[in-house]
Amino acid sequence: MSSSPPKPPAQPTTAPNDATGPAPGGGARRESPWLFRTYSGHSSARASNALYRSNLAKGQTGLSVAFDLPTQTGYDSDHPLARGEVGKVGVPICHIDDMALLFEDIPLEQMNTSMTINATAAWLLALYVATAERQGGAPAKLRGTTQNDIIKEYLSRGTFVFPPEASMRLTSEIVAYTVEHVPHWNPINICSYHLQEAGATPVQEIAFSMANAISLLDHLRDSGAVSERDLAKVFGRISFFLNAGIRFVEEMCKCRAMTTLWEQIGRERYGIRDEKALRLRYGVQVNSLGLTEAQPENNIVRIALEALGVTLSQRARARSLQLPAWNEALGLPRPWDQQLSLRTQQILAYETDLLEYDDLFDGSRVVEEKTRALGLAAREELERVLAMGGAVAAVENAYMKQRLVESHTARLRAIESGELTVVGVNAYRESVESPLVQAGSSAILKVDASAERAQIESLQAFRNRRSSAAVTAALRQLEDAIQAGKNIMPPSIEAAKAGVTTGEWTTVLRRVFGEYRAPTGVAASASVQPSAEDARVRERVDVLSKRLGRRLKLLVGKPGLDGHSNGAEQIAVKARDAGMEVVYDGIRLTPEEIVQSARDEGVHVVGLSILSGSHGVLVVDVVERMRAAGLGDVPVVVGGIIPPDDALALEKAGVRRVYTPKDFDLARIMNEIVDVVAEANAAA
Amino acid sequence: MSTPGQSPLALAERVRAGDRSGVAQALNLVDDGRAARRAEALDLLDALEGEATGRRIGITGAPGAGKSTLLDALATRLCSLGRSVAILAIDPSSRKSGGALLGDRFRMGASARDSGVFFRSLAARDQLGGLSEVTGASLDVLAAAFDTVFVETVGVGQSEAGIVDLVETLVFVAQPAAGDLVQFMKAGILEWPDVFFVNKSDLSELAGRTASELRAGIELGRPDASGERPPVLCGSARDGIGIDALIEAIDGHHASLARSEAGPRRRAAGRLARIRTALAIRYGTRGLARLIAQASLERQVDAHPGRSVERIIDRLSARIEAGWAGTDAGAET
Repeated sequence: MSSSPPKPPAQPTTAPNDATGPAPGGGARRESPWLFRTYSGHSSARASNALYRSNLAKGQTGLSVAFDLPTQTGYDSDHPLARGEVGKVGVPICHIDDMALLFEDIPLEQMNTSMTINATAAWLLALYVATAERQGGAPAKLRGTTQNDIIKEYLSRGTFVFPPEASMRLTSEIVAYTVEHVPHWNPINICSYHLQEAGATPVQEIAFSMANAISLLDHLRDSGAVSERDLAKVFGRISFFLNAGIRFVEEMCKCRAMTTLWEQIGRERYGIRDEKALRLRYGVQVNSLGLTEAQPENNIVRIALEALGVTLSQRARARSLQLPAWNEALGLPRPWDQQLSLRTQQILAYETDLLEYDDLFDGSRVVEEKTRALGLAAREELERVLAMGGAVAAVENAYMKQRLVESHTARLRAIESGELTVVGVNAYRESVESPLVQAGSSAILKVDASAERAQIESLQAFRNRRSSAAVTAALRQLEDAIQAGKNIMPPSIEAAKAGVTTGEWTTVLRRVFGEYRAPTGVAASASVQPSAEDARVRERVDVLSKRLGRRLKLLVGKPGLDGHSNGAEQIAVKARDAGMEVVYDGIRLTPEEIVQSARDEGVHVVGLSILSGSHGVLVVDVVERMRAAGLGDVPVVVGGIIPPDDALALEKAGVRRVYTPKDFDLARIMNEIVDVVAEANAAA
Repeated sequence: MSTPGQSPLALAERVRAGDRSGVAQALNLVDDGRAARRAEALDLLDALEGEATGRRIGITGAPGAGKSTLLDALATRLCSLGRSVAILAIDPSSRKSGGALLGDRFRMGASARDSGVFFRSLAARDQLGGLSEVTGASLDVLAAAFDTVFVETVGVGQSEAGIVDLVETLVFVAQPAAGDLVQFMKAGILEWPDVFFVNKSDLSELAGRTASELRAGIELGRPDASGERPPVLCGSARDGIGIDALIEAIDGHHASLARSEAGPRRRAAGRLARIRTALAIRYGTRGLARLIAQASLERQVDAHPGRSVERIIDRLSARIEAGWAGTDAGAET
């Protein structure tokens, strides 16, 4: 390196924000920065390990592990539902050898690792602890975070497995275990991040995440999982994971409002006195929702401004920050793209004078007024959720989900109408060709198709070399412990050491707890006032329906394990409002199920949504099965993060239309669905 | 979607054989509003008349009572007993736009899908009570292809009255709640169902209280019944509790219909009611009155032996429209 940055803190992994040091210019005190992370992981444990080590060498100060969808939903890489998904959105971890390889030459005792893992959090934490012990480390010294927030999985992210009650139990057992045995661990990261991605307004983001935290704390207190005395400790270990959008002044005020509200809740509801425990601790991943596929280089600026919003106010500054890559809406980012995101953080922390000052906004009338207004409105919404029985009840009765779907619908409507400006999308669209994306699909990372096969082979080799007697015994002990109401962590750690796999561990839990399907919140969501364009579409739907003899019927579904259902839900609601009959088939469907559904329901068109990158395998499979089932005349359209080359391949395979994030104009999509059905039924 | 040029008789053959693509096409056909297709649909339904021997079971109850979970459990269990099962879900969410979101398939658990249950959702469209004419015709198709056909509706009151004409057994799903009895009675729910199932009985003693309230209400609500009272069962669809007992109760109701006059009587009354309702919706009570001024509806229906309900509806419609005055009800062609 020719010019090294101002010296980063010697021990960046400990107590960010608390330590102080001299500024390079001398004189002013300079706070040490937040933790720099990049959400990453792909293909295999070995490939991801290489990526982590290179990121750390570039000055990243913490790790953020992305697991692939089979790992997140508790399937081994060779399970039928895992097909096409292995190593796609993250790293596949099936057993302790995978985990050990992932952290090879990264001493866990000295690392601060955030794991985005929820339904199977107890298992991945067990593997992490077992791996640390294998490295010769002490669990008591481990630092990091398991996301472990199942409520938002039901609302937005979709990688839930178990029913709410069982999930709440698992979450609280992880909390109870870590408070005692892994005291520096953040056992849960309450996520408002995904709520904003699902359309939440700042008020909803605050209210719903606070309701979520309260439901957990109440459960911990009332179930006796932790003692009254430990409740303050637990309160102090709960962290939050926020989102930050482009309205960065409001976002900063949101962080300040949350800080205040959290402290109030701690004092009033739980009688916490310890000032340190009362302080809201949060990490941030800035907004992906607002990143555009059109003129994608503009995202570089958006990301920097959003990062500023959550670091600007010293009193409410993020403890850790991970920035998405500018080309996320195009496909998987390459190492270079991630490096740019890291450099953005480093410039903010080391080049600017941001860290030299106390809070810039204390005493600002404007900021305080905005903060107060957000806090009041959030408190009101929070009371509403609590009155209906809290976050779990508001998941089961779909209240929160409905509100999110409505907010998201309103946001898309505002973009369509131009009321909300998105540069390069609905304004200032003229552009010279971007040199950054001229390379076409090579401007993104392609996961090697052989990664899935290699992972399956390595899994089978692992199964062959382990002791099956030890595995059987460990699984029996796990099941006995769960049935007896004991904490799940100790038998899970033993199972990790014995060589149990992710799929085997989850199978035991599926058997005991059952599986859950969360309400979609779609059916009950209110319609918005139709625009003139909507009315035109509706008329076309009416005319075509008459010609078809039946009302135009559309099947919407998500093949594969990807649970990000926001896009599919918006299409479903819009199609209903356009006068179509919509069969919403939800998430986690196999191609067989989709085809069965299309046939049984007698639909005129099938719409698939897929964001995980496994469209190549799954969508083509659906099209081929449709043909084999005699449904070749039913057109298929697809939406998702689909690079141009892949889109061409899909169209060649028979897909009639491919939509990507740049297609924000839902009315146009509806019009094209009408076109596609009219073409397919020209003879009718 | 459809195979053009396929004769209604060939399609009927496929339906009877349980060919799922054939069943799906037949359902599309009986839902088709075009005149040429209507003629084919009537030929199909006539060909299936008398062959639709599958048992028709209605499942109804208020939103949130757990109907979908219960259906999932029932259907899965019946499949494991070797019966073929179809579900027709009537969705009430239709909007002014004419569009509807049919979310039942999503709410149905994975197990019923895995067991190979045939599932079709229908939007309630414009008819009060959540049932459209096409529901009856769809059931006629499904009952010719499957051993057991469930029809699920949401609702309290109005829709039970409509659904009871379409099924041989009506199951009402209640959830434990104190003080709902008055609501049940007001809505007239207690008169129709053949089996009551108090779901979510894991919710403590509330379930037992709801069950005894229902029993008391049934005593009050059906003073004329000959001593036979519909069973009131408790269980939990989510935990699979009470499912076998419910199947037993449904089978018991079927057996009691089969060994008495009640079965054929109920079927005949159901057919008549379907025809009356359809005509009343098409022509209003005045149109209907003009028709039955000539001869009782029973007589006019009886004049079309071996014909499907839909055929008879269209024939009698033609009469109303032609304004025929004669009493020649036997004008069979």
